[in-house]
Amino acid sequence: MRLTCPLCGPRDRREFYYSGTEDYLNRPPEGASIEAWDDMLHLRTNPAGVTKDLWYHETGCGSWLLVTRNTVTHAVLATELVAARKGGAA
Amino acid sequence: MPNLIAKSALFGRAPLTLGGTTLAEAQLGPITSVAVFPGKLAKVKKALGGFPAPNTVAGKLIWTGPEQVFVLGDAPNLAGLAAVTDQSGGWAALRLSGPHAADALMRLYPLDLRAAHFPKDTCARAPLGHMQSILIAEEAGFLILIFRSMARTAWHEIETALQALTARAAAI
Repeated sequence: MRLTCPLCGPRDRREFYYSGTEDYLNRPPEGASIEAWDDMLHLRTNPAGVTKDLWYHETGCGSWLLVTRNTVTHAVLATELVAARKGGAA
Repeated sequence: MPNLIAKSALFGRAPLTLGGTTLAEAQLGPITSVAVFPGKLAKVKKALGGFPAPNTVAGKLIWTGPEQVFVLGDAPNLAGLAAVTDQSGGWAALRLSGPHAADALMRLYPLDLRAAHFPKDTCARAPLGHMQSILIAEEAGFLILIFRSMARTAWHEIETALQALTARAAAI
């Protein structure tokens, strides 16, 4: 398996650390209900098909990536830098 | 203050040549990491006299990540513009050159290191086995930066790869 880092190009899977769902990018606003926080932290879909996950280019450039892939076909459909998203850079 | 002798990671180790390919420790002198503060890239670029594109080397500047470079030598005063740290003692440098250089490293790195794909002045932060490293393509081979504590392991890994390639070449 390979992931294409937007900065480094196609790299081997062993260079990456899998973090988890993209839900972690979508924090509830301040003062949101406890249900919204519970949803963000704990409730996960388990799709047979397209899913979006966060990966870290651990032994590469150190970027966080948002990877779109298909859990049925194992195709990697897209990768983007989290830092390049609106509000993504610290 | 006594005048202390600075020892490199592989102090005193003689270069190794197998199959015409030479592995040797390199002395790079000071290494300074420059990590740009948000929004200050243009000013840092001006102060450094340039900023390398991702995965490339520009003179004394080695790209090591988004808006981050290693400067070989001392960096100019970048107060307020970037986090500047002295990394000199943290790294060991190895040079590998000769006919088996790319083949040996391709046994350890998950990268295509043939000259057509990894030409001079290309660099990559990539794993040498399981070790973090920075790999740089030079005029006549490769420069490998590895954490100082892993210098002897890296040497051993590369030596083993060279031994296998040399033995194979001799058997054909």
